Amino acid sequence: MNFELNEEQLQIKMSVREFAEGEIAPHVLEWDESQHFPVELLPKLAELGLMGIIFPEEYGGAGMGYVEYVTAIEELSRVDGSVGISVAAHNSLCSNHIYMFGSEEQKQKYLLPLAQGKHLGAWGLTEAQAGSDASGTRSTAVRQDGGGWLVNGSKNFITHAIHGDTCVAVASTDRSKGNRGITAFIFEKGMKGFAPAKKENKLGLRASETASVIFEDCLVPDANRIGNEGEGFLQAMQVLDGGRISIAALAVGIAQGAYESALKYSKEREQFGKPISEFQAIQFKLADMATQIDAARLLMYRAAYLKDQGRKVTKESAMAKLYASEVSVRVSEEAIQIHGGYGYTKDYPPEKYWRDSKLCTIGEGTSEIQRLVIAKQLLKNS
Amino acid sequence: MKIIVLMKQVGNKDAILRINRDETWIEEGDLSFEVNESDGYALEEALRLREKHGGEVVVCSMGPQRVKSVIKDALARGADRAIHIAGDDLAHVGPFASATILAEAIHGEQPDLVLTGLQSDDYGFAQTGVILAELLKFPHATIVIEVDASGERLRVKRELESGWYQWYSMPTPALLTIQSGISQIRYATLKGIMAAKKKEIREVTPSAEALSGAAQHQRVTKIYFPLKTKQTQFLGNGDAKAGAAQLAEKLRTEARVI
Ligand SMILES: Cc1cc2nc3c(=O)[nH]c(=O)nc-3n(C[C@H](O)[C@H](O)[C@H](O)COP(=O)(O)OP(=O)(O)OC[C@H]3O[C@@H](n4cnc5c(N)ncnc54)[C@H](O)[C@@H]3O)c2cc1C
Repeated sequence: MNFELNEEQLQIKMSVREFAEGEIAPHVLEWDESQHFPVELLPKLAELGLMGIIFPEEYGGAGMGYVEYVTAIEELSRVDGSVGISVAAHNSLCSNHIYMFGSEEQKQKYLLPLAQGKHLGAWGLTEAQAGSDASGTRSTAVRQDGGGWLVNGSKNFITHAIHGDTCVAVASTDRSKGNRGITAFIFEKGMKGFAPAKKENKLGLRASETASVIFEDCLVPDANRIGNEGEGFLQAMQVLDGGRISIAALAVGIAQGAYESALKYSKEREQFGKPISEFQAIQFKLADMATQIDAARLLMYRAAYLKDQGRKVTKESAMAKLYASEVSVRVSEEAIQIHGGYGYTKDYPPEKYWRDSKLCTIGEGTSEIQRLVIAKQLLKNS
Repeated sequence: MKIIVLMKQVGNKDAILRINRDETWIEEGDLSFEVNESDGYALEEALRLREKHGGEVVVCSMGPQRVKSVIKDALARGADRAIHIAGDDLAHVGPFASATILAEAIHGEQPDLVLTGLQSDDYGFAQTGVILAELLKFPHATIVIEVDASGERLRVKRELESGWYQWYSMPTPALLTIQSGISQIRYATLKGIMAAKKKEIREVTPSAEALSGAAQHQRVTKIYFPLKTKQTQFLGNGDAKAGAAQLAEKLRTEARVI
């Protein structure tokens, strides 16, 4: 058993850290305030190899595993969760759906430019009526006599809905079959009848683009169907098994950033004639924060490691995601407390970490849903 | 063009420093290490020159096994291969000794250009490059902020005092010491990190001759934090006007604050 990153993994961690501190940190406040989605950063992320980190080199990726992947997402999110979630959604949702279930032709046509970072990916599962109950998809795809499918409906809360070049989305192809009647398709930006709509004005992760997309008589070729008819929902659940590990990494990174800001501040801020870090009440907070982050990180790495071994990680990724996201919210809240009144202002980092952290308990399945997923696995095997 | 870049590993700038028991250096157990800042810019300049003119970039670092991390970082950023002059004591030799050992290690490479950082962030002598140039019988330029290698002779821009610059031309092979902050240093990409695993790191040890010849020039006898003392002086002898004049004089000439 080994609890350490190897030399290359450590180098990756330090390189992404250097990148995040050099290219992202100077802009974090401004992007957050103005809700600016930093498209200008994407070529740099691609250059580093992060836009196709988990895909083999023959598909334009960096050929890394999930251990390296979560290491990178954590480091990005330590500086800005918005960039973390962008890279995560691009890799483990959209691109990974095509990688796991797409045909060779689809991989060449769509995965290659995604993994190279030339295209940006979006993934549409959630709808107004289909949130936690992802099988409640109302969007429909009807096979056309002339070939192809006519898609109608909408998706909401879609990361990269506006700037995404490629969007994998599911629609019901046979309502009578329930979640076995849902099929996944690949949509391209600019397809007739496929367009982004309202951009959300969010509490946190404000530099990440979240918007809805609308399908209005959108004719998508049959060549863009991923896998067989009726497999879309099951595919999506497997995609989420991997995706949730990256949300754990997002959560760990946000928590780490918040913790570091609190640690630093506690040593600088003096009250009653000494640094507040000398008060045991503050020390206990710091100790709890560091311990919880470590535990979350270990769960994250276990899930990533098992995933790299090709094992089924439904339970482990849900555990990592559940625990890490709740730790993230707690730790960033404590970071505000340690900053006192200053933590309540935008002059110090913790308030943003706190706002950002909250997404982690919601996206890719709420904490409640993670508990359902975990319990189902526990009861199934007992 | 073959370019050798000398890179040193130094203690992290943000580290809390404690003096070691012998009072000859800081306590290294407390430190994390990083690449000397200006050496990073020297490497970046070398990689840019290689991109323009072709050739090879060889990094050379001296010190205990821990300096391998500086070497691997440089290889991940794009250097072609490396020389590691290995030895536990080599992190603490003076500039003449360093230059002697470095000269021996790189002599056989016959480089067109040797780049170093302007100075090391720990000892800060700014001498190693200059002495090395003399030992190699290369012309050199210090505090270089721009390099033009497109012509027959090398043209370099040097930084002088108070915003002045100087263009300078010299034949190759030459040695340049590079100023910090002159460019945007590239990041190690994931591909670069994986590719670095396959790159050559040649480990060499200095000859006894180089070590003994170098040893005598300089030695640190004691290091210490600046001593703080307190002293009270009465000025003017009861005469406020004379006291004020003396105070002004002292502030100007002794404290040099006005
Ligand atoms: C910033 C952001 C980015 C997102 N990006 C994407 C994306 O790229 N693609 C995508 O498809 N989706 C995306 N989502 C959507 C996200 O996955 C959903 O918001 C999430 O799954 C929850 O669905 P909902 O919002 O409809 O909440 P609801 O399902 O309405 O849940 C409301 C509450 O009810 C609880 N609840 C629901 N069902 C149960 C139950 N059975 N038992 C106990 N409690 C229950 C929930 O836990 C929650 O507390 C994103 C969301 C956000 C906020």
